[in-house]
Amino acid sequence: MTSVSTDKLPPSPTGEGVSAPDGPWKRLSAGLLSSPTAVLSGIGLILIVIAVLLAPLYANHVAHTDPFRSGLSAKIEIDGKKVPVMQRSTEGLGLGVTPIGPTWSGEYMLGADTQGRDVMARMLYGGRSSLLIAASATMLTLVLAAIIGVAAGYTGGLVDGVLSNLIDMMWAFPVYLLAISLSIVMIGKTIVLGPIELSSSSLIIPITIIGLVYVPYVARPVRGRVMAIKNSDFVLAARGLGVRRHRILLRHILPNVLSTLIVFAPMLTALNIVTESALSFLSVGVQAPNASWGTILQDGQALLYSRPTVALAPGIAIMVTVLLLNLFGDVLRDVLDPKSARGR
Amino acid sequence: MLTNFLSRLLRMVIVMFGISVITFLIFFATPGSDPAARIAGRNAAPETIAAVRHDFGLDRPLYVQYALMMDRLFITRDLTSFANRGQKIVPTIVSAAPATLSLVAGAAILWMALGAMTGIIAAAFRNRLPDKILMGASMMAVAMPVFWVGEMINLVTQSRLHDTWAFSWVPPLGYVPFTSDPAGWFLALVFPWICLALLYIGLYGRMLRTGIIETYQEDYIRTARSKGLSARRVLLKHATRTAIIPIVIMFGMDFGVLVGGAAVLTEVVFGINGVGRLTYQALKALDLPMIMATVLYASFFVVVANAIVDVLCVMIDPRMRRK
Repeated sequence: MTSVSTDKLPPSPTGEGVSAPDGPWKRLSAGLLSSPTAVLSGIGLILIVIAVLLAPLYANHVAHTDPFRSGLSAKIEIDGKKVPVMQRSTEGLGLGVTPIGPTWSGEYMLGADTQGRDVMARMLYGGRSSLLIAASATMLTLVLAAIIGVAAGYTGGLVDGVLSNLIDMMWAFPVYLLAISLSIVMIGKTIVLGPIELSSSSLIIPITIIGLVYVPYVARPVRGRVMAIKNSDFVLAARGLGVRRHRILLRHILPNVLSTLIVFAPMLTALNIVTESALSFLSVGVQAPNASWGTILQDGQALLYSRPTVALAPGIAIMVTVLLLNLFGDVLRDVLDPKSARGR
Repeated sequence: MLTNFLSRLLRMVIVMFGISVITFLIFFATPGSDPAARIAGRNAAPETIAAVRHDFGLDRPLYVQYALMMDRLFITRDLTSFANRGQKIVPTIVSAAPATLSLVAGAAILWMALGAMTGIIAAAFRNRLPDKILMGASMMAVAMPVFWVGEMINLVTQSRLHDTWAFSWVPPLGYVPFTSDPAGWFLALVFPWICLALLYIGLYGRMLRTGIIETYQEDYIRTARSKGLSARRVLLKHATRTAIIPIVIMFGMDFGVLVGGAAVLTEVVFGINGVGRLTYQALKALDLPMIMATVLYASFFVVVANAIVDVLCVMIDPRMRRK
């Protein structure tokens, strides 16, 4: 897909007697900038991040509400008339109340949820949690997978045997079941880790859970890569020259593993966003008072037939973000690993 | 051959044993997770908790508890639930299995057929319009959370357009056993199948396309072409055959995991009382025997699927016979 754009690259000027070839970072950024897909999806992602960072401004100055406090008795002004946010139900027996639908103006732009809270403002705050969780969990996964993968692949022997078998075992454990199990054990109580005290509603809990469950899926390819590099000519040459083990590890193995890890980053972040929403949807992810796109989806399920926007909006937000991440990740992979997906 | 088989069997047992131990430790040995306190409920008196602990055998050493649970699960098969006392675990799982199996098997047929079609067509038309449309659609399918797709399907078929000709045939949410009403079984599962299959159609289609395009660079494809074989024959008989191997591996894993209960989101959204939902409910109620049983059940399918995949791969690609 993206190979179209890379094929049209102007011939690189390196062959014309310029001093040294570009470094890997320069090549990476040049490759990304020359692809319209990467540039556009990158801009899109930056815009999403800016939007969610501006959440407090939106809540204070546009929506004029606190998206974390229920507004069951709130009233807003539409066409000069005061309208309650929670409206008397017009369907069925007329019992109960239905939250207001989208007003498409500053206050309650996407309507209210069952607590009378502004869905648009919650979307922005929820996006903060969703993106923060996804990004932090990705970092956690990559760091742990790098440690385990390098340890297993480079040390070999008994360490490798134990770690590989552990990876295989975790692999056979369905991700969602593991995540739900960990959530249920960890959520709902205060965890004390030395001086740090984590309350049950802390975002660190979903970050840890989501970060842990995908470790085997990254550690295994990292291990394979390390084993391949370990026996490659340049490492053997370095060993032949008497370079010490830890220097080989730092100077030769790690930089090469880094590209594998970078390729995983956008895909993993996309996966984490979906995983977070799934866990929150099953009410074992982000806990009140925090919001995330997943919790808003869950709120929306009760209102699905009367006020579908509440469920529609976070779903679209997740879809767009994941789509942009995957598009960006595709180009990134093509640039870093030209062998893999070059269409021709 | 026989030693090969036996060593594989032994490995499967070890993996399952490991999984059961991990699960057991997550729920019984995590600091602060006191099963007795959970069973006794919130604000229970210490004496109640102590009574519950003794009642459920939770005051014995961990390995004794583990051994007892395994014994009652596999040998006497009279393990009962902690949450709904008197509910037998094994029959409950057995009765939930057909719903999940129906859901996953139907979806699997759908996603393998459509996923293969997507990949082959996209590869045949690569970088042209049909390829771009198919790959765009696949990207969308992969990006959508499955339970959200389910909600949107329900919104359209159960509410907004339910009274029109298009969706008036859609039965209410839930599972209809095949044995009681085959037609109702089929109709009730049409949308759950589509919902579950969508993600995998996108994933497999993209993967197969990349695989076929990569295979096109191999020497034997050039040979086949220079022999004068038609483009279609080269694509279907030569390139696809090699490129489908990673798909078969992935299919085995995905199918095993889904049958084992990973279809929980689809089951919850469509109100299907399958194994996934059972596991989820057991987890929420912290029903430890049920959790152990369902997790072992799930891992059994994963392990078996793995073994079947290995055999299938050797059948498709004889190169794998020599290790």
